[in-house]
Amino acid sequence: MRLMKKLLAASVIAGASCLKAAAADPDLEDWPAIETAAAGQTVYFNAWGGSENINAYIEWVSAQMQERHDVTVVQVKLDDTASAVSKVVAEKAAGKDENGSVDLIWINGENFVSMKKQDLLLSPGWATSLPNWRYVDAENQPTILTDFTEPTDGLESPWGGAKMVFFYDSARTDPGSLPDNAAQLLDWAKQHPGRFSYPAPPDFIGSSFLKQVLSELIDDPSKLDDPVDEKTFERDVEPLFAYLDQLHDVAWRSGRAFPQNYPDMKQKLADGELDIIFAFNPAEASAGIEAGELPDTVRSFIFSGGTLGNTHFVAIPYNANAREAALLTANFLLSPEAQLRKQDPAYWGDPTVLAMDKLPEENRTAFQSLDLGVATLPPDQLGPVIAEPHASWMDRIETEWRRRYASGN
Amino acid sequence: MARLAGSAVAVTLALLVLPITFGLLGTLLPAFGYLPALGGHSFGLDAFASLFAAPGLIDATILSFMTGLVTTALSLAATLLFIAGFAGTPTLSRLQHLLSPLLAVPHAAAAFGLAFLIAPSGYLVRLAAPVLGIARPPDILIPHDPMGLAMIAGLVLKETPFLFLVTLAALPQIDLVPARRLAASFGYGRIAGFIYLLWPALYRQIRFAVYAVIAYSTSVVDVALILGPNLPGTLATRLVQWMSDPDLTFRFMASAGAVVQLAVTLAALVVWYALERCCAALLRLSRDRGCRFARDAALRQFSAVVIGILGSTVFAGLILLAVWSVAGLWQFPDLLPRDFTIRSWTRALPRMIDPLITTLVTGFFSTLIAILLTVGCLERENQTGRTGGERSLFVLYLPLIVPQITFVFGLQLLFIGSGSQHRYAALVLVHLVFVLPYVFLSLADPWRALDRRYEIIAAALGRSRLIVLFTIRLPMLIRPILTASAVGFAVSVGQYLPTLLIGEGRLQTITTEAVALASGNNRRVIGVYALLQTLLPLIAFSLAAFLPALLHRNRRDMRV
Repeated sequence: MRLMKKLLAASVIAGASCLKAAAADPDLEDWPAIETAAAGQTVYFNAWGGSENINAYIEWVSAQMQERHDVTVVQVKLDDTASAVSKVVAEKAAGKDENGSVDLIWINGENFVSMKKQDLLLSPGWATSLPNWRYVDAENQPTILTDFTEPTDGLESPWGGAKMVFFYDSARTDPGSLPDNAAQLLDWAKQHPGRFSYPAPPDFIGSSFLKQVLSELIDDPSKLDDPVDEKTFERDVEPLFAYLDQLHDVAWRSGRAFPQNYPDMKQKLADGELDIIFAFNPAEASAGIEAGELPDTVRSFIFSGGTLGNTHFVAIPYNANAREAALLTANFLLSPEAQLRKQDPAYWGDPTVLAMDKLPEENRTAFQSLDLGVATLPPDQLGPVIAEPHASWMDRIETEWRRRYASGN
Repeated sequence: MARLAGSAVAVTLALLVLPITFGLLGTLLPAFGYLPALGGHSFGLDAFASLFAAPGLIDATILSFMTGLVTTALSLAATLLFIAGFAGTPTLSRLQHLLSPLLAVPHAAAAFGLAFLIAPSGYLVRLAAPVLGIARPPDILIPHDPMGLAMIAGLVLKETPFLFLVTLAALPQIDLVPARRLAASFGYGRIAGFIYLLWPALYRQIRFAVYAVIAYSTSVVDVALILGPNLPGTLATRLVQWMSDPDLTFRFMASAGAVVQLAVTLAALVVWYALERCCAALLRLSRDRGCRFARDAALRQFSAVVIGILGSTVFAGLILLAVWSVAGLWQFPDLLPRDFTIRSWTRALPRMIDPLITTLVTGFFSTLIAILLTVGCLERENQTGRTGGERSLFVLYLPLIVPQITFVFGLQLLFIGSGSQHRYAALVLVHLVFVLPYVFLSLADPWRALDRRYEIIAAALGRSRLIVLFTIRLPMLIRPILTASAVGFAVSVGQYLPTLLIGEGRLQTITTEAVALASGNNRRVIGVYALLQTLLPLIAFSLAAFLPALLHRNRRDMRV
């Protein structure tokens, strides 16, 4: 047994050194050398392409990188981040360990865990060595160092924060009647049949809703910090599914169909099909009003007991072609300037991952004077953050959800 | 010349058979457990075991199977009744001009248009709202109904024009006028006479197109996502989900699922074949008994109404897409947006240049190569006097009958494995696999129908084959050649899955952009892209209609 372990350890070390020898990894201690090597490279940035705002933001990043570093950033617009993971897998399957087609991926959660486990990420951890890491709020935002309880190990660099927030149309719904936790939400849904729903998993927002309810209803929330225990799983999730059984009876289309994703819910709020929707970005409603997609009577609310929050990241695949330029881009995405624009609802409205007290005075003032929009709650009213459960919960809950509700019975 | 044409046949066969063979192999191996990169080193049936354990698989399979058969039956019935009732009349030729553009509307765009129309917050309910006093959209499950009716409707909208035009292309090969006279003089109704005398020969010519419709509708992804039930979805949509699942072990299951998809499509084809036999027997029975169905005016009018509804639904959907693309806030039950803005367009247009160039270049080259190969093959037919019969026709239809998702993933592995950097060339080649059959299909009948005596005379006058081809045949066939090109271009523009996988996302076309943006479900953006997606093939079809008139402006008899 001990011999086995030794052999294993030896092979891991051999494997690791092999890796280093095979590909000349960029030396993160020598940042100027990275900048020199990056010049002229093209970064294929694989990012979800479903939002015009976000695409426009990435175009701005591209223009900046071109101007400052002679780096071309091309957004490869995905309809699902998983397909970027698939691409890297396919390349590994075909033995294409260099010159891969993906240089940078917008990623978090299970996609990250999956890539990490399959050794599909550029290693060793590089994110904490980025020059702009010094501004990152790693102390107060625990989700920056652990992604769905999986340690990031510097294999991905934080890009933005997220927090679950609910929206309603104040012209239609009385603010006094709004629920303040999952149980009240169920009561509300019973009083307003057909006016609440959530996107069907595996949609990210839909799965987040399930996790929110589970976090509130599970007997011992600390269980969620660890991987699923198969022995107690059935019992652990029983309250969640009892809740959903009741909810579906009174949900939109009686739970026989579900909205596709957040933008779909947004459209349904505007159409009057849904009365309460939710997003993972507090500024979504303001952006929707700005874009003429939502009436200006839409407002936000949260659960005072806390809602889920997490961080999204960028990662570099192990076989990335333009590693240096990808590193440079990840670093630029962390710069106060790029983060400020990202938090500005006029462009995106995503909460920053930087710590205000680490920023130079002028940047801090700029952040504080941002106009977050009429439907956005100020950061101090966003309520406590409930951490994401371990990534294994997502998988198991989604499977269980499909088994119960999507089997066509 | 003979050698050239002969090699065209060889290249064409290779282009159709090889990618499918390799692609299927790339799917079959993982299905049976072999994909070393993901730890699959030995063969086994584990993937199938986990596939059959997947909840709702049976329902998804039945749904795919039924959708394919029902869609095909409805589309074919609508086509048959209308053509039987109106072939040779001015109504038909008028409608032909109206329906041809429908072929250019991409499936996804038509599906979105239909969804905008029939959803509870859609336009039909909005129209009825003031009358019925509806203030909030009713909570009714449309689209995504569990029976897949909305999806079937969406598919029928697109497949009927396709079958319609294929049938029209075959129509000149039958003796319509004498048969009509004969049937009428014996007191048969127009429809019955047509079906008894002409349909068997006509159907023989379009049967592979019908099979392609079956294969397409059993395995369609985009329409199923937009209109189909999602709890559970069809087999094909679930395959795509599994293939892109971050849990990489799902790859094996997806491959096994692709094999099942193939089986479902084959089963649907076999059942259809049996149905063909039954219908033929019924037809014979009814014919031998002398059933004349003399009074079919009502049925004829009904078929005209059906075709009219199909056409106007697509056009209404397109108009709705257009309005959404310039809409500001547009809440239920407003009939028009509160304000208009061109922001969606001004934002989208600058970003469209690169995808547009890729779309045009890929479409142009794949179509051009397809035309050259098709002309080569058809010329070879002329020389040898053999058409290759049904078997070669089957090979030609292979890429349309084997469901795309069952072999494109394997192709992607192959392409990456080759280490090739010629991504553009690979993309053109993959598009060619799908463009070639359609081009051949469009061009073959007019090619074969051309009176060979023109060429025989020219040859008798001592002209070489090449000269005859370029001075007699090609100019006389310029209209069908251009139409075939337009069809080929439209097919290339509409390709999603192959473009995504082979282009590795780096080569973006209007269609890949449209689908990526559609995932954001923003109706305004969907409107912009769906319109653009429609516009490109439409321009190609307009050119095909316009150019021959221009080329033949001083040849009165060549005008159509």
